[in-house]
Amino acid sequence: MCENLDKDNDPSGESFNRRLEAARERLEPRMAARQETGGTLSDLGLVVRSGTELVSALVVGVAIGWGLDHWLHARPWFLIVFSLLGGVAGVLNVWRLVRPDAINTKAEGPDDGSGRI
Amino acid sequence: MAAGSSIDALGQFELHPVLGALGESLRFSQSPMMMIVAAVVVLAFLYAGMRPAAVVPGRLQSAAEMCYDFIYNMAVDTIGVEGRAFFPFVFTLFFFILAGNYLGLLPFSFAFTSHIAVTLALALMVFCLSIIVSLKVQGAKFFAHFMPAGAPKALAPLLIPIEILSFLSRPVSLSIRLFANMVAGHVMFDMFAAFTIMLAGLGFFGDIIAVGPVVINIALMALELLVGALQAYVFAILTCIYLREAVAH
Repeated sequence: MCENLDKDNDPSGESFNRRLEAARERLEPRMAARQETGGTLSDLGLVVRSGTELVSALVVGVAIGWGLDHWLHARPWFLIVFSLLGGVAGVLNVWRLVRPDAINTKAEGPDDGSGRI
Repeated sequence: MAAGSSIDALGQFELHPVLGALGESLRFSQSPMMMIVAAVVVLAFLYAGMRPAAVVPGRLQSAAEMCYDFIYNMAVDTIGVEGRAFFPFVFTLFFFILAGNYLGLLPFSFAFTSHIAVTLALALMVFCLSIIVSLKVQGAKFFAHFMPAGAPKALAPLLIPIEILSFLSRPVSLSIRLFANMVAGHVMFDMFAAFTIMLAGLGFFGDIIAVGPVVINIALMALELLVGALQAYVFAILTCIYLREAVAH
């Protein structure tokens, strides 16, 4: 009993340090795993975004082209032009999403020079 | 849902008046009702969580504080110090969509985020806010963004329409992504549930095989829990990114 008490109140704090180390070792993998999950969530978000980014610009292009044709009775010229432009804009959207300097914008600061993503 | 051999997977998205005669006369359907429920759930969670206001938080208070921190960090990390002004907006948006997605997974419930009218309204709100903030912060310089810096002047007639289309595609991609994911998830639930009922009508062996779609639906529920959170997260982080561009000089 007395010996046990002595061990816990070790003035050099060696026992405490040892136990702290053990606790850290026990918790470290869990904390690392948690950070991993955070990374995966935003990566997953990137994957989910890329598909719709590509399609949505095309949708907007086709809608504008069709609307202009309808309004100016120029079928099918505006539809052709704006479908192509929409497709290009979609590829541009995906490029902005995945280009090497866009992925880590969070660490770089508020503005990456181009001002847009 | 399965009438005979046909599957009516889209019938679940139809709107019906609720709350009897009162709902009938007000044209009050499940969609606005679930929006109110979602708002009440979020407010009740925050109220119940923060009421003790203890220095050492309990479980509910910890959860509420974690939610606050999560969105606060997202807003400030992405937008910068100006992000504090938009934090309430992003917080509301995230938890409204998250609650809508998750409440839609309950039986006899309705996911209001599965209607493009709702998601497009949310996306247009974000889009208009980002334009207003851009014009207020950057003024006429905002329009200079439509011509990429350093590009030859001769390419302007081609590049400017592309940039404008890319800009206009933002609310469309925001709304289509959320709407399509929610519709796809709920249609899959309905399909596999209908398979179970159809197989169960085929006698003894059908009964055994019918377990398969049930297992798939359980796995789908896990997937939908991920998708629901992920879509709310993507919506919120994109709102932050658009607002960051708006406040950048």
